[in-house]
Amino acid sequence: MLGVMYALIAVGFTLFFGVLDVIHFSHGDIFMLGAFAGLTALAGLGAAGLGAPAVALALAFAGSILVVGLLGVLAERMCVRPLARSSPLMTLLATLSLGLVIREAVLIFYPRGADPKPFPQLLPAGGFELGGVAIRYENLAILAIALLAMVTVDLLINHTRMGAAIRAVAQDPEAAQMMGVNLDGTVDLTFFIGSGLAAIAGILSGLYYSEIHFVMGVSGGVIGFSAAAIGGLGNVYGAILGGLLFGMVQTLSAALIPRGSEFRDVVAFAVVMLFLIVRPSGILGEKRVERV
Amino acid sequence: MRTLFHDRVLGRRDLIKGAAAGVVLAGRPGRAGAQKKTVRLAFIGPLTGGTASNGLGGRNSFLLAVQERNAETLVKYRYETEVLDDECKPTVAVQAALKASSDPQVVAGVTHYCSVTAIATVDTYHKAGMPAMVWGAVLPEITYGHTHVEITRVNGTMINQNNVAANFAVKTLGFKTFALIHDTTDYGRAHAKYFTEYVEKAGGKILLVQGAAKDQKDYAAELTRAKAERPEVIWYGGLTPDGVRVKVQMDKLGVRAQFQGTSGIKSDTFNETAAQSAEGTLAFVDGAPTEKLPGGKRFLEAYAKAGFKEPAEAYGPFAYVAANLVMDAIEEVGPDRAKVAAKLKRTKSADTIIGPVEFDEHGQNTVPLISKYVSQDGKWVLWEDSEYASGKRTLPGIRFKKQ
Repeated sequence: MLGVMYALIAVGFTLFFGVLDVIHFSHGDIFMLGAFAGLTALAGLGAAGLGAPAVALALAFAGSILVVGLLGVLAERMCVRPLARSSPLMTLLATLSLGLVIREAVLIFYPRGADPKPFPQLLPAGGFELGGVAIRYENLAILAIALLAMVTVDLLINHTRMGAAIRAVAQDPEAAQMMGVNLDGTVDLTFFIGSGLAAIAGILSGLYYSEIHFVMGVSGGVIGFSAAAIGGLGNVYGAILGGLLFGMVQTLSAALIPRGSEFRDVVAFAVVMLFLIVRPSGILGEKRVERV
Repeated sequence: MRTLFHDRVLGRRDLIKGAAAGVVLAGRPGRAGAQKKTVRLAFIGPLTGGTASNGLGGRNSFLLAVQERNAETLVKYRYETEVLDDECKPTVAVQAALKASSDPQVVAGVTHYCSVTAIATVDTYHKAGMPAMVWGAVLPEITYGHTHVEITRVNGTMINQNNVAANFAVKTLGFKTFALIHDTTDYGRAHAKYFTEYVEKAGGKILLVQGAAKDQKDYAAELTRAKAERPEVIWYGGLTPDGVRVKVQMDKLGVRAQFQGTSGIKSDTFNETAAQSAEGTLAFVDGAPTEKLPGGKRFLEAYAKAGFKEPAEAYGPFAYVAANLVMDAIEEVGPDRAKVAAKLKRTKSADTIIGPVEFDEHGQNTVPLISKYVSQDGKWVLWEDSEYASGKRTLPGIRFKKQ
C-alpha cells in the first residue's frame, strides 16, 4: 500500500524530469496539498448535503485533481519556466522554497493547520481472510483507484495525441516544436498530470491512514523522488516499479531485520545509494549518450 | 528558526485581542506604565512541525501570562516578548537559544516542549547565564544531568510518570504483557527505558520493543510484529501525531490490545484526529487537571476570553506558570539574569495554578502528582472520574482479555 502511494508521487517526478529535465522538489508538498484539497472538498460536500460516499469521493477526487493540477502548472510557471536558462541548482532552490511556502501556508492559513486532521472514512469497511492474511475491502479499493490512475496516465501518454506531444518534448524539445508541438502547452499539461497524480496519492493516503498532516509531504517528496531515481528518471513504468520497491524494502526491513523498524529508512535509502552507484540510470532508465 | 512574534507585532496583536477580551494590554500602558522599565522575556517552543499544536498552546499561555501581568498596575516593569520557534529540532533550538540569550534585553526564557530541544540547549543557556525555565520537556537529564543554576523545570520528569503508568497498568488494571513502540528521539527512547524498568519491577513482561522514526507514516510492519506476540497492551512512547497513527492503524490491522501512551499524546488533537479510535486510550500527565485546581478554572476562562485560535493543550498551564514564576522573580530581584536565575532555583512553595511549585537542588519541580487519563467520548477524562473506573464501561484491553 505504501509502495502504491510512493509510485503515484514518483510518476510526477519522472514526468517533470522527462519533459523539462528538472527535479521539482515541491512535488511532495503538492501531494500534501492534494490531501488537504480533498479534505476541504469533502467537508464542503458534507455541508452541502452531498453525503453519499461514492459521489462525494468522486467529486473530491475531481476537485482536488483540478485545483492541485492547476497549482502545479502555476508552480511550473513561477519557479521552473523563468529559470529555464539558469543553472539547475536555481530551479532546485526555487522549488524547494516553494515547497516550504506551501507547507507553512497550510500551517498558518488552514484552520488549526498545525494539527493532524482526521480524514473521513468513505471506503467500504470490513474484509476477509485469504491464506491467513487479513485483506480489507478498503485496501482493495485504494489499490484499484491507484491502478486506475496509473493505467489512465499510461493510456494518456502512449495512446493519445497529447501523450505523443509529451513524449516528443521529452525526447527533443526543439524537434518537437519544429513538428508543430506547442511546447508551453505540453509542459503545462505535464505538470497538470503529475500534480493531479500527487493529488490522488494525497487523498488515498488520507483514506488509508485516516489522517493527514501538513508535514506529510516532506518524507513523501524525498521518497517519491528516490523511487523515481531507482526506477529510472524519465521512465513512467520505472517510477511505478521504484515506488513499489521502495515501499517493499521499507516494510520488509522493519518486519524481518532485528530492530529493523529503527533502520527501515536507513536500509531503504542505502538501496537507493546502491542503485545510484551500480546503475545510475535506474532499473528501467535509458543510458544517455551525448553527441559532441 | 523563525521569530514569529516580536514586541511590536505582539503589541498590535494584543491590542486587537484585548479589545475583544476587555483586557488592558501591553500595547496600552497608562501614564505610570509609560515610565516603567521594559523587560524582555523569551518563549521558545515548537510553533511549526508535527508538534506545533502543543507549542502554540504553550506560546498562547505564555502570552496570556504576560498580558495579565502588564495589565496589573502595581508591577515594576513592562514585559515584552520574543517568541521563537524551535521546530522540535535540536539544531534549530540551539539557534533560537543563541538568538534569545545573546540579546542582553532578554532577561529570562520559558523554553522548550520537546525533550530533544531542551537537552540540546542546556549548555547554551548556561554559557550565556540566561535563566531558562522548561515548560514541557520531560527527559530527566534536562535538570538532573548537570548543576547549572540557569536551568529549572516547572513540569515533572518521565521517571515519575512511567512509575505511575507501569504500576497502574500492571497492578491496578492487571495487564501482564506489553509490546513497546517508541520514537527514536531521546524522548521516546528514555520513556521506553523507564517504562520497561517499572513494568518489570511491577511484575509485567515486555515482549517486544521497537523504535520507529519520528513522523513515520506507516506502522503496519511494527504492529504486525507486535500482533504476532499477542501482547495485552501496545504502549507508545512518542508524541501526538505518531500516537494517532499507531492507534488508528492498530484498529485497521485488528490488533486486539489495550493502547497506552505517555504525556506526549495527551492532547485534544489526539482525540479529534483519532476520532472513535481514541476511545479507551490511556495517557499520563504530571500535575492535576487544570480545571480541578483553584486557579485552573480562572486560567481556562482567561484563555478562552483572550480568543486564541488554538487550545492550551496539556502543557499550556505549565508555560503559563513558568512565565509567572519568571516575572515574579524579576519583580523581586530586578531584571538581572544572575539574580533571577538564583532566585528561581530557590523557588519554594510557590502558589500557582498547577499547585505548589517547589524546586529541588537541580531546579526540578518535585511534582507530587501524576494524573491518569482515559479517552472517553472524545475527551480526556481523569481516570477516577471516568465511566471506565466506575465500571460502567470496560477498557478495550480488558474486554479483549475476557474474550
